[in-house]
Amino acid sequence: MGERIFVRGNEAIGWGALNADCDAFFGYPITPQNESTEWFAREFPKKGKIFVQSESETGSISMLFGASGAGVRCMTSTSSPGWGLMQEGMSHLSAADLPCVIVLVQRGGPGAGTTRHAQTDYNSVVKGGGPGDYNNIVLAPASCQEIHDFMQQAFYLADKYCNPVVVLSDGILGQIREPVKLNKIEFEELPYKDWAVRGRDNQKNCARNFIHSAPGLIPTRLGMNYEDWLVHAHKKFESMLSEVKYETLHEKDSDLFLVAFGYCARSSEEAVNMARKQGLKVGLIRPITLWPFPEKIINEKAKKGCDFLVVEDNLGQMIHDVKASAEGNSKVHFYGILSRHQPNDGGMLMPGQILENIKKIL
Amino acid sequence: MSDRKKIFGTPDIILAPSFMACPGCQHPTIGRIAVEAMMELGIDGKTVAIMGVGCTGGLLGMTNIDVMLPAHGRGPDAASAIKRVRPDTIVWTLQGDGDSMAIGAGPFVGALNRGEKITIIMGNNTNYGTTGGQLSPTTMMNQTTTTSPNGRASENEGYPVHAAEMAATFKGCAYSARSALTSPAGYKKTKKYIKTAFQKQIDNVGLSFVEVISACPLNWRKPPVECLEWIDNVVLKELPVGEYKNVDRIE
Repeated sequence: MGERIFVRGNEAIGWGALNADCDAFFGYPITPQNESTEWFAREFPKKGKIFVQSESETGSISMLFGASGAGVRCMTSTSSPGWGLMQEGMSHLSAADLPCVIVLVQRGGPGAGTTRHAQTDYNSVVKGGGPGDYNNIVLAPASCQEIHDFMQQAFYLADKYCNPVVVLSDGILGQIREPVKLNKIEFEELPYKDWAVRGRDNQKNCARNFIHSAPGLIPTRLGMNYEDWLVHAHKKFESMLSEVKYETLHEKDSDLFLVAFGYCARSSEEAVNMARKQGLKVGLIRPITLWPFPEKIINEKAKKGCDFLVVEDNLGQMIHDVKASAEGNSKVHFYGILSRHQPNDGGMLMPGQILENIKKIL
Repeated sequence: MSDRKKIFGTPDIILAPSFMACPGCQHPTIGRIAVEAMMELGIDGKTVAIMGVGCTGGLLGMTNIDVMLPAHGRGPDAASAIKRVRPDTIVWTLQGDGDSMAIGAGPFVGALNRGEKITIIMGNNTNYGTTGGQLSPTTMMNQTTTTSPNGRASENEGYPVHAAEMAATFKGCAYSARSALTSPAGYKKTKKYIKTAFQKQIDNVGLSFVEVISACPLNWRKPPVECLEWIDNVVLKELPVGEYKNVDRIE
């Protein structure tokens, strides 16, 4: 317990899953998350756990439907084009109230885009890319340690709400190596999965279970009608809002707040530190849950007259949530993918240049 | 009444007196034969059955076994995962020809390629019944459907898929057979094939597959008896019945 290792973010996914008592991994190769799938292929069978390489990402997500329905903790990891393929499955998992964890190591899109880092999937992850009314909690780590810890958090939240949870990484976090403390987080005990399929005679009361994603076609455990299910789904998503989580830097005395997640939160933190040394009243709001989004803190700060600089490695996606939260009370500036330190797929949003931008605003 | 013993009738685990299907449809028959086979082998209590999306799977919703209904075509994916995480269960899918040969062709081939220890039963009625009789991969040449109004033509729609023959080419396949329900002998053969398929899974050999040709009178625009004649004279000429693979061990 508590052993320290030095690993890539993509491998921290595996160590975190292990500490979350994940039982099964289903995945398909895709860059830049291959170290993750390879880690599970190497480590899981040794520990008597299941690893299956699927025939596609639609296969992976449908396998999660089966394994989660069978009542075990299961997960997959992928990158952006694979995430695209999983959208139908995300919707079905949520409709069937099935818990599982999906790790998305983002690369640049759209389409096949690049195989390098980016944050261009914010909208499809946070707003839901699949059909129908559904939501899923999105956790956004900014370090290898957080990837490890958030994996455990993700499995707990998935089981708590019976809903898929996304851990949103990116090509930078996947590839950097950092020390990770393998601490196992304790969570409150969750109820036995009496809804899972395991064979009628293996059920506690020998009554069959029927898991499906067609609440409007087939009666559910919650009632006969589609509306019964909609009421349930609404309550589920409303209660998930209480899981909102964020971190701040210099919350009390800043005139300008950077808002950033993932690797950009690391660059932004450094930019804030540099700005403070120059006496600039700059702070950071880092959403840890991207859904639910930390609207309240942004709204409060906006009403006090603080402005925002959204730093995200895309053409402008989270900025719309920041603007909505600010409700027109303050200015929301943007620093995005077109301001990378190199104008190519290897370019990043760097602290020095973010600082230059801060100075232009203040 | 106590001196009376049930010697024939609907299996007790079927919870509804009749199934949602059009008059003359043979899909519920396939489901019932599969349920009977399961009960004769005494495996219903440890079974997880997967409903395909379409006309085929409906019966399972009314059967007293654990059931799962995944997205259209993804039966073999979900079945593979359940079998992997609960190897002591018997996992089988009941799918249609569109569900398993069109949208689910990838999952079907993937499961075969991995040699999953699952059973796939495919009811083949050569069209999409639920949505009103459109062309499917198994539609016969010249067969009229709502999306091949002039009959299936190779230039535009290609040729019918031979699922049982294809499954047999995979090394991970332990059993592959095709039957039809056009005669009492066909009913018996179908049950024998499905029982053998389940037995392959019980013995942990490999994937087992049974394709059953199934009449769809409403969408074929034919009375039920003519449907059976058409199966014998047209469908079975293209897709012959029989066992295409039957091995007890895969080296």
